[in-house]
Amino acid sequence: MNAMNMRDEPLVYELSREGRIGCSLPRSDVPSKEIPLEIARSELDLPELDELTVVRHFTRLSQKNFSIDTEFYPLGSCTMKYNPKANEVVASNPGWKNLHPLVGEEYAQGAIELLWRLQEGLREVGGFAAASLQPAAGAHGELSGVLMIHAALKERGETKRKKMLIPDSAHGTNPASCTMAGFTTQTIPSGLDGGVDMEALRAALDDTIAGIMITNPNTLGLFEKNIEDICRLVHEAGGFVYGDGANMNALTGVFKPGRSGIDVMHFNLHKTFSTPHGGGGPGAGMVAANETLAPYLPGPIAVKADSVYRLEMPAKSIGRVKAFHGNFGVLVRAYCYLLMTGSDGLRQVAENAVLNANYLKSLLEKVYPVPYKRHCMHEFVAKGAIADTVHTLDIAKRLIDYGFHPPTIYFPLIVQEALMIEPTETESKETLDLFAEAMKRIAEEASKNPELLHDAPHIAPVARLDEVMAARYPILCYRG
Amino acid sequence: MSFVPHTDPERAAMLKGIGVSSIEDLFSDIPEHLRIEGLALPGAVSEIEAIDEVETLADRNVQTKDMDWFLGAGAYYGYIPAVVPALAGRGEFLTAYTPYQPEVSQGTLQAIFEYQSMTAKLLGMSVVNASHYDGATALAEAVLMAWKAKEGRNRIFLPKDLHPEYSQVIATYCTSFDIEFIRYEGDPAQAPIDERTAAIIIAYPGFSGEMYPISKASEKAHEKGALCIVQADPLMCAIFKSPGEQGADIVTAEGQCLGNPLNFGGPYLGMMGTTDALIRRMPGRIVGQTKDKFGKRGFVLTLSTREQHIRREKAVSNICSNQGLSMLQTCIYLATLGKNGLQEVAKQSYDKAHYAAQLIDIIPGYHVVPKLFFREFLVETPDSATKIVEALNKKSIMPGLALSHYYPERANELLICVTEMNTKAQIEKLASALKEAVK
Amino acid sequence: MAIDKNARYLESHEYAKPEGELMVIGISDHAQAELGDVVFVELPNVGKELDKGVVFGTIESVKAASDLYMPISGKVVEVNEEVKNDPSLVNKDCYGSGWLIKVAPTKLSEFESLLDAESYGTSIGEV
Repeated sequence: MNAMNMRDEPLVYELSREGRIGCSLPRSDVPSKEIPLEIARSELDLPELDELTVVRHFTRLSQKNFSIDTEFYPLGSCTMKYNPKANEVVASNPGWKNLHPLVGEEYAQGAIELLWRLQEGLREVGGFAAASLQPAAGAHGELSGVLMIHAALKERGETKRKKMLIPDSAHGTNPASCTMAGFTTQTIPSGLDGGVDMEALRAALDDTIAGIMITNPNTLGLFEKNIEDICRLVHEAGGFVYGDGANMNALTGVFKPGRSGIDVMHFNLHKTFSTPHGGGGPGAGMVAANETLAPYLPGPIAVKADSVYRLEMPAKSIGRVKAFHGNFGVLVRAYCYLLMTGSDGLRQVAENAVLNANYLKSLLEKVYPVPYKRHCMHEFVAKGAIADTVHTLDIAKRLIDYGFHPPTIYFPLIVQEALMIEPTETESKETLDLFAEAMKRIAEEASKNPELLHDAPHIAPVARLDEVMAARYPILCYRG
Repeated sequence: MSFVPHTDPERAAMLKGIGVSSIEDLFSDIPEHLRIEGLALPGAVSEIEAIDEVETLADRNVQTKDMDWFLGAGAYYGYIPAVVPALAGRGEFLTAYTPYQPEVSQGTLQAIFEYQSMTAKLLGMSVVNASHYDGATALAEAVLMAWKAKEGRNRIFLPKDLHPEYSQVIATYCTSFDIEFIRYEGDPAQAPIDERTAAIIIAYPGFSGEMYPISKASEKAHEKGALCIVQADPLMCAIFKSPGEQGADIVTAEGQCLGNPLNFGGPYLGMMGTTDALIRRMPGRIVGQTKDKFGKRGFVLTLSTREQHIRREKAVSNICSNQGLSMLQTCIYLATLGKNGLQEVAKQSYDKAHYAAQLIDIIPGYHVVPKLFFREFLVETPDSATKIVEALNKKSIMPGLALSHYYPERANELLICVTEMNTKAQIEKLASALKEAVK
Repeated sequence: MAIDKNARYLESHEYAKPEGELMVIGISDHAQAELGDVVFVELPNVGKELDKGVVFGTIESVKAASDLYMPISGKVVEVNEEVKNDPSLVNKDCYGSGWLIKVAPTKLSEFESLLDAESYGTSIGEV
């Protein structure tokens, strides 16, 4: 934290000096060829930097970030757990990095075998019939899944089923994915216990529903106790059940979603399977399905026949959702993690993620009200309503001064002033104790000296930024 | 190894703090009959064993350096300066989340802003977003963006000469919508667009390598009230006129060739840029410059009301993540090579490709198809291209893509790509091997 | 919160206010306060005919976006270009310089069915 780079760092354009270059090529050994004048480029406005300037610039930029490697990062619903360094070692192997996606399958047997092993491993974790590793992210997996439902309904001739039910605690990607698949959405409210309101669900079921998208545990960090009934009712009404696996970190080795009646589901490999978030991506979003929907999976998927590995389109596949073979480099990392954790380790992951969340909840709930009085799973939602003049945002910003990344705030939308806290299983007891201590001190400051919170963060490369100006008068690239 | 730090006494203390006697009690909300005993997976292995197992698999693949490499077709073997992975792999970049808390994410935010700035200039657009999953999904999203922007128009003109996997991804993305796709051949300026056309897509260059200047086609599109979408090779834009300069409304591109490894097809970099007029319809994250209360410059995610976490079902797309690390690699790549370096990479690729084409075109039975191309060109072959590829593979040459991979009926066509990585000697060896292959 | 007595309202906070033959349409003081700093407004083109209840545009703050609903049927005759360039006018003067569009009403009787200032005040919890 104190090492954070507080100095202003110029933009690459401001560091540019005409004539510099950061990397040189061998001299060309072929004749030069003219570019037809009418289509030749006259100028190219890129910066010119030497190599050391590049190194210092990006090193300094990196030091302006909080990261898992440097700080506790309890972002709810994001599963910011430790990303093992072994994953990075294997992912940088030239056998992957220099492997072209269009070489013949005989030249890529190691890669296709890795896809197959990971696919089968994840299928087992979820309890499904088949899986595809094509989606590049969780939202991409969702889109794939709802398109699979769309295709299955179309094949049945049930074209009037256009409505997808979505609990009010769902991530925004759920309704957005439905729109992209041509479905409309209907919101289902949460009941008093934080789960789906079963009466509201029953009332919404008719012959126009395509299905429901359900996140379990939901974004309140609560297990959907009625999951079997929800699936049964939706199936009886002729719909499908989509499982959003964003929170699978709570359940690995404890519960298989496929057994509870979920038809199709995605996992976020950058959450549960600990591939790095990379400041926003790339992720990877396996999508898996039961026997009914498996033929519609996006392809190609890996198959094994007589110890030869091939890539194949599933029988009724919705098609390709991206070019080539998924975010392969991310999949290599996830496979390494799966090997290292194994069946026993995956259960420990879920157990300790749940232990850590409940422990932290027990430390905080006397000061920060927790609206649902149940054991939580891997995360919990508390309220930042601790003093009249203080908002959740102020608490979040003050945490930065204590050297902690803020939790997710103002989500889920159904809890006012929400603080959504996910410690993950890789954090130690003393880190959780220190975080709780900081949260309690902030609560004291909130009543004694609220200005301290309003003006926070005090120790960061920049103070609170003017987001209104950024949106009103957008400056989206360098204007030199 | 589950990377859990707790000792047994600590775990006991935590359970006591919670007020339960066992971890199992915390799972009491899960119906008992649904709780499982274990997974049918191997047990945990050590780091040594895991690395060994993954590396054994890696060793079973053929790498670009094992052969003289002329295969591209949407994924390009280019040089990646050492600084690129060294800097992009820093833990502070690698293990940060999406920069929703700007005060502690200025590193990621400024890097995105710099990427946006450099690529906007390269592509000639007002704004470029923080990236899509890959070039194919960026193009598919551009189609949906244009279709929604041109309410009441449902025709999209699509070149026949487009990467087949891109066409497939567009089909998947548009499956639920009433969009009529019309495939056109040759010069996009000749495509019969009309008042029902929402957009024309131009491949710059096409899958065969052939390219056409864009200006006339974009003018015609605008006259008809349609949008012009260009799928570009971003490296080509270093020495050829940018799509923006030629009137494009939306540009998409695959940025892998700008500093990202082949990685068997991903993660790659979907680039998308547009004009001021269409900014608020563009999907994907965007970073903007602003100030803090002391007047210090800083960067934030902006124009977020387009996105799913705010607009939900009315969002312009469901996209949530970006290809952060791939984008960062490209940002560092562009900063390192800079203006002169990037033009040098592009020009050497162009020169070498033309040297190769010239040698191949004079071999009896071979014919180079495109008239104007950058670094990749389709060749008609006197014999089955698959057979030629097999023959050359035995000589440790990967001569390109036999088009029958995508089009079984196009047996005698080979797509050859030459980059800055190829030497004159390799090119000459390729030409003589092609000649020998059909003797 | 200010409630312009000359205007009538929808429960979704849009107002219509007679100005000669025309109706001026905007959002209420309560709505702008709830929304916070307005950063963007998207408005229809002049000449567009819109029925009561349809969406005629959107108004955005940093973290929220709301659709704008027509309080009265009509043809758009003028769009506030100034508010497009400076959306803060909606926050500063929503009933004055922060108006959004002017329409020539096609069903003037609809005006009577809108909430008057008093009923609107009640609907937003102000007495």
